[in-house]
Amino acid sequence: MPSSTAVSAADELPNPKGPGPFLKDRVTAGTGRLGDRLFGGTARGAGVLVIAMVTLIAVFLLSQALPALAKDNVNFLTSTAWNVDGTPLQFGIANLLWVTVLSSAIAMLIAVPLGVGVALFITQYAPIWLSRTAASLVDLLAAVPSIVYGLWGLQVLGTHMDGVQAALQSLFGWFPLFSDAGIGAASTILTVSVVLSIMVLPIVTALSREVFAQTPTSHTDAALALGATRWEMIRTAVLPFGKPGVISASMLGLGRALGETVAVMVILSALANDTSWSWSMFNGGETFASKIANNAAEFDTPQKAGAFMAAGLVLFLLTFLVNAIARVVIERRKAFIE
Amino acid sequence: MKNQSRRRFASVTGVALVGTLALTACGSDNNATVTPGASGTTTAASDCPTGTLNGEGSSAQKNAIEQAISDFQAACSGATVNYNPTGSGAGIKQFIAGQVDFAGSDSALKDKPAAGATNIEQADADKACGSPAWNLPMVTGPIAVAYNVKGVDKLILTPAVTARIFNGVIKTWNDPAIAAINPGVKLPAQAIKVFFRSDESGTTDNFTKYLKAAAASDWPTEPGKKWTGKGEGKEKSAGVANAVKATDGGVTYAEWSYAKDNKLGIAQIDNGSGPVELTGESVGKAVTAATQTGQGNDLKLKLDYATKEAGAYPILLVTYEIVCSKSKSKDSAKAPLTTAFLKSFAAADMQTKLQTIGYAPLPAEIQAKVTTAIDALS
Repeated sequence: MPSSTAVSAADELPNPKGPGPFLKDRVTAGTGRLGDRLFGGTARGAGVLVIAMVTLIAVFLLSQALPALAKDNVNFLTSTAWNVDGTPLQFGIANLLWVTVLSSAIAMLIAVPLGVGVALFITQYAPIWLSRTAASLVDLLAAVPSIVYGLWGLQVLGTHMDGVQAALQSLFGWFPLFSDAGIGAASTILTVSVVLSIMVLPIVTALSREVFAQTPTSHTDAALALGATRWEMIRTAVLPFGKPGVISASMLGLGRALGETVAVMVILSALANDTSWSWSMFNGGETFASKIANNAAEFDTPQKAGAFMAAGLVLFLLTFLVNAIARVVIERRKAFIE
Repeated sequence: MKNQSRRRFASVTGVALVGTLALTACGSDNNATVTPGASGTTTAASDCPTGTLNGEGSSAQKNAIEQAISDFQAACSGATVNYNPTGSGAGIKQFIAGQVDFAGSDSALKDKPAAGATNIEQADADKACGSPAWNLPMVTGPIAVAYNVKGVDKLILTPAVTARIFNGVIKTWNDPAIAAINPGVKLPAQAIKVFFRSDESGTTDNFTKYLKAAAASDWPTEPGKKWTGKGEGKEKSAGVANAVKATDGGVTYAEWSYAKDNKLGIAQIDNGSGPVELTGESVGKAVTAATQTGQGNDLKLKLDYATKEAGAYPILLVTYEIVCSKSKSKDSAKAPLTTAFLKSFAAADMQTKLQTIGYAPLPAEIQAKVTTAIDALS
């Protein structure tokens, strides 16, 4: 679902040659032949279908969520309560929202610099044989099922997180984000973030790689001819050219991180009722997606299903918002480049 | 251009590798120790109707029913039984909607409307069937209080102490309250790490029902499928069992099989007449002590969690198979198949076999009633 609304890299690439000569005629250029009309119709149909699907998902979420929201006895956005079984019906998403946003944000902080670095290495530094292998290997990461990431995170990575957590806490323990929350180090938001960052790495890398590879040679040659070093050439020619691509790659990755379900569910410890609020990245909790998935088997009343759907609706809107912001950023960048 | 073809090659290799990995990484979600081509079923060949039977519901009985299905199908080659362990709530919903032939549930159909709903499960099911829907207890799943404390092989817990451990009042293993009921056991000064089921589950429901019934003053919250105590939440039985295994000082409640498979310590429970070890026999005693609340062949049971009967292990859940007492006219061909399958499931040797995979056999008295009820199905 997140990817259906995500900004794709391809449609945002500034065309180095400028708009094609026939572009402005594209509506009227049809010859009226059967093949032409068939293809045009199919393409149009595909476009309409995607829009219809997204709209229908939104309608479904709204129709399920609204009746439950109307009966909610606490503030939906600021409460941390989740009692959907009986009366009074109480559910709020404050905790879900925080855990979802924090885990994805940390994941992006790790994945974007790393992914851009890998993409630069593959396109600018590596010899051909190595760049080919490295690219396939990074792509392979995308093919690992998320349950495998989850189990690996819990049973392998998690056992090494004790030291990381202790080190971070001794340095920054005074800051609420790093305070101790009494959750096992294998099951914290930070562990989830590290795993998420590996999961989004192939998305960020693959798209950034494609964009960097398309940097016009005239730009790079010009930079080098003016006496720029390799790094200066990258900074002045490759990175500015690739920036919109990197941003849209990050947004796609962020969509994945926000919506990731199984790996989060396996790794992260849920919190007991009435646990006091903590800002810490060493806390447990649940994300929107993991909470819905974890409880989907027991949606036995409409109000309960509605409460979870309301949470799903927020995730939907969150992804939508993130993508909208990304579009604005990309549009503004484009103005600078052209 | 050279660059282009290089990248194309790379992506082709990538796709190929991805494909291979996807094939090898196909899901495996079984903790079932089902032995196909089973041995020793008593189902005579003459009891072998053909056809397909579909069931859905409780995951607590997943391993048991998979064992029963594989044995039944081995004996009856023309019969197919499918069971989809999606959860009790989903199973009942599908049964009422007429999508499945029977539902598995870890609680009997309710006679009162659930909170936030106006409909009554039992009435809905009766209506969907056109005849009374019967709750047949089939699988007994003991719940173990499983712990991982180095050097402690034997631990006795009373309901009050259990409740206080699970709601965070008792925080260390060498707490005087635990020491007092475990004379001679050397308890370490270690923090107790409680793990609970983060998903809604019948196991949580039954465990908290036990705590509420046997130690009401120490467990003030209402029992339910959602955990109301303290601790860290983990997904499903496998999650809590793994977490305890990986955490020194950890404790949880889980189905017997998960505690056994992970080689966790299992506490003996003292309800007031001496500590009782978790065995098939001690669980059977507690099931026998239950009262039947359903009428006639509807074997809805009410467990007495606070039972003081000597040698009865009180923390358990009973999963039911919910069937129509008279099959719907369009399904009349399925009736003999339902009868044959349930009969083989309730048979004494199958029930005994279930013990090896972590369930307790139905006690003889209940088993006889279940068999009578199955014979009365039409």
